[in-house]
Amino acid sequence: MCASVKYSSRGPALIPRMKTKHRIYYITLFSVVLLGLIATGMFQFWPHSIESSAEWTLDRRSVHDAPLVKLLASSPIPERGDLSCRMHTCFDVYRCGYNPKNRIKVYIYPLQRFVDEVGVPISSNGLSREYNELLSAISDSDFYTDDVTRACLFIPSIDVLNQNSLRIRETAQALAMLPRWDKGMNHLLFNMLPGGPPDYNTGLDVPRDRALLAGGGFSTWTYRQGYDVSIPVYSLLSAEVDLPERQPGPRRYFILSSQTAIHREYRTELERLKEENGQSILLLDKCSNLSQGVASARKRCSKGQTYDYPQILQESSFCVVLRGARLGQATLSDVLQAGCVPVIMADSYILPFSEVLDWKRASVVIPEEKLPEMYTILKSIPHRQVEEMQRQARWFWDAYFSSMKDIGLTTLQIINDRIYPYAARTYEQWNNPPVVKWSSVNSPLFLPLIPPRSPGFTAVVLTYDRVESLFRVITEISKVPSLAKLLVVWNNQNKIPPEESLWPKIAVPLKVVRTKENKLSNRFFPFNEIETEAVLAIDDDIIMLTSDELQFGYEVWREFPDRLVGYPGRLHLWDHEMGKWKYESEWTNEVSMVLTGAAFYHKYFNYLYTYKMPGDIKNWVDAHMNCEDIAMNFLVANITGKAPIKVTPRKKFKCPECTAIDGLSLDQTHMVERSECINKFASVFGTMPLKVVEHRADPVLYKDDFPEKLKSFPNIGSL
Amino acid sequence: MQAKKRYSILFSASACVVLLLYLGGVQIAERSPGGGARRGPEPRWPRFIEHLRAFRTSESDVGASPRDKRDAVSGVYKGRMCRMDSCFDFSLCKKNGFKVYVYPQEKGEKISESYQNILASIESSRFYTSDPGQACLFVLSLDTLDRDQLSPQYVHNLKAKLQNLNQWNDGRNHLIFNLYSGTWPNYTEDLGFDIGQAMLAKASISTENFRPNFDVSIPLFSKDHPRTGGERGFLKYNSIPPFRKYMLVFKGKRYLTGIGSDTRNALYHVHNSEDVVLLTTCKHGKDWQKHKDARCDKDNAEYDKYDYKEMLHNSTFCLVPRGRRLGSFRFLEALQAACVPVVLSNGWELPFSEVIDWNTAAVIGDERLLLQIPSTIRSIHQDKILSLRQQTQFLWEAYFSSVEKIVLTTLEIIHDRVLQQLSRSSAMWNNLPGGLFTLPQYSSYLGHFPFYYAPLGIKPHQRFTAVIHAVTPLVSQSQPILKLLASVAKSQYCAQIIVLWNCDKPLPAKHRWPATSQPIVVIEGESKVMSSRFLPYSTIGTDAVLSLDEDTVLSTTEVDFAFTVWQSFPERIVGYPARSHFWDVNKERWGYTSKWTNDYSMVLTGAAFYHRYYNYLYTNYLPASLKSMVDQLSNCEDILMNFLVSAVTKMPPVKVTQKKQYKETMMGQQTSRASRWADPDHFTQRQTCMNKFASWFGSMPLVHSQMRLDPILFKDQVSILRKKYRDIERL
Repeated sequence: MCASVKYSSRGPALIPRMKTKHRIYYITLFSVVLLGLIATGMFQFWPHSIESSAEWTLDRRSVHDAPLVKLLASSPIPERGDLSCRMHTCFDVYRCGYNPKNRIKVYIYPLQRFVDEVGVPISSNGLSREYNELLSAISDSDFYTDDVTRACLFIPSIDVLNQNSLRIRETAQALAMLPRWDKGMNHLLFNMLPGGPPDYNTGLDVPRDRALLAGGGFSTWTYRQGYDVSIPVYSLLSAEVDLPERQPGPRRYFILSSQTAIHREYRTELERLKEENGQSILLLDKCSNLSQGVASARKRCSKGQTYDYPQILQESSFCVVLRGARLGQATLSDVLQAGCVPVIMADSYILPFSEVLDWKRASVVIPEEKLPEMYTILKSIPHRQVEEMQRQARWFWDAYFSSMKDIGLTTLQIINDRIYPYAARTYEQWNNPPVVKWSSVNSPLFLPLIPPRSPGFTAVVLTYDRVESLFRVITEISKVPSLAKLLVVWNNQNKIPPEESLWPKIAVPLKVVRTKENKLSNRFFPFNEIETEAVLAIDDDIIMLTSDELQFGYEVWREFPDRLVGYPGRLHLWDHEMGKWKYESEWTNEVSMVLTGAAFYHKYFNYLYTYKMPGDIKNWVDAHMNCEDIAMNFLVANITGKAPIKVTPRKKFKCPECTAIDGLSLDQTHMVERSECINKFASVFGTMPLKVVEHRADPVLYKDDFPEKLKSFPNIGSL
Repeated sequence: MQAKKRYSILFSASACVVLLLYLGGVQIAERSPGGGARRGPEPRWPRFIEHLRAFRTSESDVGASPRDKRDAVSGVYKGRMCRMDSCFDFSLCKKNGFKVYVYPQEKGEKISESYQNILASIESSRFYTSDPGQACLFVLSLDTLDRDQLSPQYVHNLKAKLQNLNQWNDGRNHLIFNLYSGTWPNYTEDLGFDIGQAMLAKASISTENFRPNFDVSIPLFSKDHPRTGGERGFLKYNSIPPFRKYMLVFKGKRYLTGIGSDTRNALYHVHNSEDVVLLTTCKHGKDWQKHKDARCDKDNAEYDKYDYKEMLHNSTFCLVPRGRRLGSFRFLEALQAACVPVVLSNGWELPFSEVIDWNTAAVIGDERLLLQIPSTIRSIHQDKILSLRQQTQFLWEAYFSSVEKIVLTTLEIIHDRVLQQLSRSSAMWNNLPGGLFTLPQYSSYLGHFPFYYAPLGIKPHQRFTAVIHAVTPLVSQSQPILKLLASVAKSQYCAQIIVLWNCDKPLPAKHRWPATSQPIVVIEGESKVMSSRFLPYSTIGTDAVLSLDEDTVLSTTEVDFAFTVWQSFPERIVGYPARSHFWDVNKERWGYTSKWTNDYSMVLTGAAFYHRYYNYLYTNYLPASLKSMVDQLSNCEDILMNFLVSAVTKMPPVKVTQKKQYKETMMGQQTSRASRWADPDHFTQRQTCMNKFASWFGSMPLVHSQMRLDPILFKDQVSILRKKYRDIERL
């Protein structure tokens, strides 16, 4: 949505014409001042930047400067970790407290180097590049706090991403030594490669008490649902390779397998599949004869042919992600990045971020046992769905997989959502890629309801000073059986409304609201006086509508409470010559708007118009004293994705003699202005939300050869 | 003038000096404390100068044989570690699909009313099989609902009884329903017998005991919960602003001591007797006087002043704290009343949590943070309340309003696991019309279902397929069906025409069919029964189906107009002749009328557009009993279709205008179908059908509409040349 800027280019030039002498004088003076300012500015910023860069170097420390901590052989070891841990049993929620932002505070322990009694470090790798990136990202995020007493979640700086580089017992001892460890309460560990040969457990083997584990490669038996977080295995290629997003669509290969570490049982089955289905399947493996200096991680081979990895993944619709020794595979990340739909075969694997991500939209999960049926299963998926999965896969990578930062912050957001579930991100926020967020609609009134007739509707009449006509309108409307209340919005500040005794006597409450300013938007204000769901907006000169027509309109509105249901229909058209939208008020075969000079709608839209109108439309309407009805049509169509309903044939509203285009609309400049409104609103909304339809709603027996007196709504005017 | 100029110079000069001083001054002031008091950002994680090593190198270990691994799994993970992979035999479901067997009821076994309802719901569902050899899932006829030893419903010796069942097989592929387990004082979740490898569909199950993707958490429901149908949600309209008289209410027992008492004992801290009204009573159980505390008498008095129903219906939020057990009846009551549940029951696995996203319909609180609840709910935005409230109604009606829905939802969740990659997506479960009406075997793609077009912002296919139901032999070239073929084929939106040959006479030769611009496909009905007109033929390649009787009279214009209307309402039936239902007070049953009335609730499928998904739903969702009734009578198929679609959409069909009065004008002519319409029996049959259908659906799904959709300039006094759909007006 683009907001328009008001250009104010008024007023005379600032420096008037003057004599040359004075001009020189002025110029000198200004240059002096300017120089002075520049000098001060330099003075101001120059040393400052030196200072900050000095700070920066101060910040740039060596890993070796981190304090050394010696672990005693006897120092305590945490317990193994309790499988029954859940947020309400093993997590101290009081530490997170209530805060208006609904955001948890995360503390990161300063880096320490742990060694055993003889000085051997607890980890062969020390702090890895990735864990360092993760911690930096968290410390730069809004979650971070350096105040350990305010923290809700603690992250040790001990790197346990890869269990293979750890000494299990010593790492556990190091954890237990952390000053706030407290049985691991509220501590979060990140691990991507759990287990070790030969069994490869699916959870980190380091004993960790109650600490939460963000693990890559959980199985359903080690994952504590609602407590642990399943994270992806970060692919080192993510940072190395830039794969531009490809348009979804069919690819050269149907199925591609790129993993090098596949058990031969599965490789045999894959080869059988290829034999049966031929060229559409590409099976890649390690390259055996790569020349020196070529990174083997970036090459794959098949029958002597060499392919670039991961680029080749972009050439296939589906990419196989089979379990290896571990359930979690970094290949998944590469495949998603390539926009290839992963076919995940890893029984009992808890997919990354499955607590919030809907993997059905981005992947196909097939039991390992069904590997031989893979081809048939994938062929049965509709093309359009495959395309959406391709797009979704790439979007998952972009949003949640592409960097350690994304992985870390997503993990924290998931924990945050558990602690403040009422403020949690929604399914749509987690799963809808921007293009879907843009094109889809989430109607605020989504429940299919036909409200009961009994509460009736509130008529809101906007008036300025046409008292006589207003009274006529009031008298007419008061005959409608379902009228519950009449609200007159008195928009004239210079004149007081007539005395109470002068108003027509009607059977329902009549209330006059005086406004502070003569603004068109006043008619859409969600007045407390409107106690019904249904609002009839009506101008003070609409005298032709019959009681039957109005009652019928209300009945139709009940069937479509989320739409504008009105009488005067209008259309927007694309003017090919001018290359812009045009407003049409002729009697055409189509409508895309109904004017709010006489229309029923839900009170919710008053609230929406007043408080949620995008951009500066509301002010623009008030300033131009026009197009409030078009704005309302845009607003409702945009949020519901639905067309309005024109009811009854009625086309004349003010007088029987009136021509097609009534009163105000006669004026040619008015028409130009209305067209301008449409173009303006379309640009603010960033789209043309109006929907064109060719139907109108009439009573079931309208114009049928049937006794008039048996019809519910006999008095439906022809024009 | 000169003076003025001089002043201005002086002014600008002095302004510059001031500015210089200011900037310099700031500079000095900033430097003076030696930079020590600088208020900078919080100390961050340092930047390291070293080139750090990557956390991994390429992995090459492929691990042990996957086949061995798979075999190992099923041996190891039993009991509390049961998962589908280890405790469920998928091979049983392969041959016959997802079929459920219910053990025959033993004589002398008493079965509670609730369990009777559960069993009856399974038996009347499309999953039921009476042959254990075909079954994929087994359900006991032994009542396991109440496992509270102190309860009169408690069934003894279950263990021995189970061992006698010949299909038991250590509970493999068995589903055990349970509402209550454990008893005073600790209310354990143990059922008191060894369930083996059986799955549990259990109320009040805790997250610790819940085996994800194996057990199903079901809601606690009372013995009065209706078997089918059930009441609709309480919400009749969305009020703006969405606040009700009370913000938060609760009215219930207070347990003074023991398990689950903490939260309810603390409620009075939050009660403000204005918009937060939390009432408790100590008066329950035999010896409440013995335990009563200082607050009891005051609380009891306050408690009696309020009516539970009144509070429920007039509150924005309803507190649902745990009782002795984790779940309570209150949860469903609040849901139905459109009172957004605020759940305070730590560790409760919410009902159907495997598929329902409860954050969209409830506020999940933490018992430990009870005191924050009021500020929490007050911080929830109005728009969110509006949507939470509507979602309560959707979920109530889709999954909870009857025992049958609860049971079917349970079965469908397990069915989804069996379907694996073909299962329903989260969007299907959490959006209208819900998982029970969305059959994933039809398509896994949301855009293939009519009800997701609008939310996804996509449009249905721009063309339609006409399906003509032919029952009379082709003898003359003036037969209505040939005229119909011609006018339908002329429609610009027509993609193809299918003639369903349900006539006893052999197929006419190819050349007998007229040459049309659109292809005509003739399908010979195998069984020649009525329901076959709604079979989801794979030849139907478009989203829209135009269902036609052979004697229907329609012009191309009428077809075109109706199709454009259907594109606006792709989830409804859009047709021409309409019918209505009414409640016959005297006979206390539903009545059917074909008279011209001011409203309608059905459109005849002898001439109507609808989405092809409804063909699939008709064939696969409806029970054999209803379809065979239709086939035997050769009647009512249109009524059944209208019932089905309205049950899905909760909306009426759409009637569009037509040139001639359809059927009514045909009455006199002696074509085969017309004579059927003149038959008085025909009418009685339709009445009977309606009542039979309504009883299967559990309620009357049909909804009345008072409007007809006409072309915008229909019968307007403007030149006919201006009108797009002229022919509709010409007689």
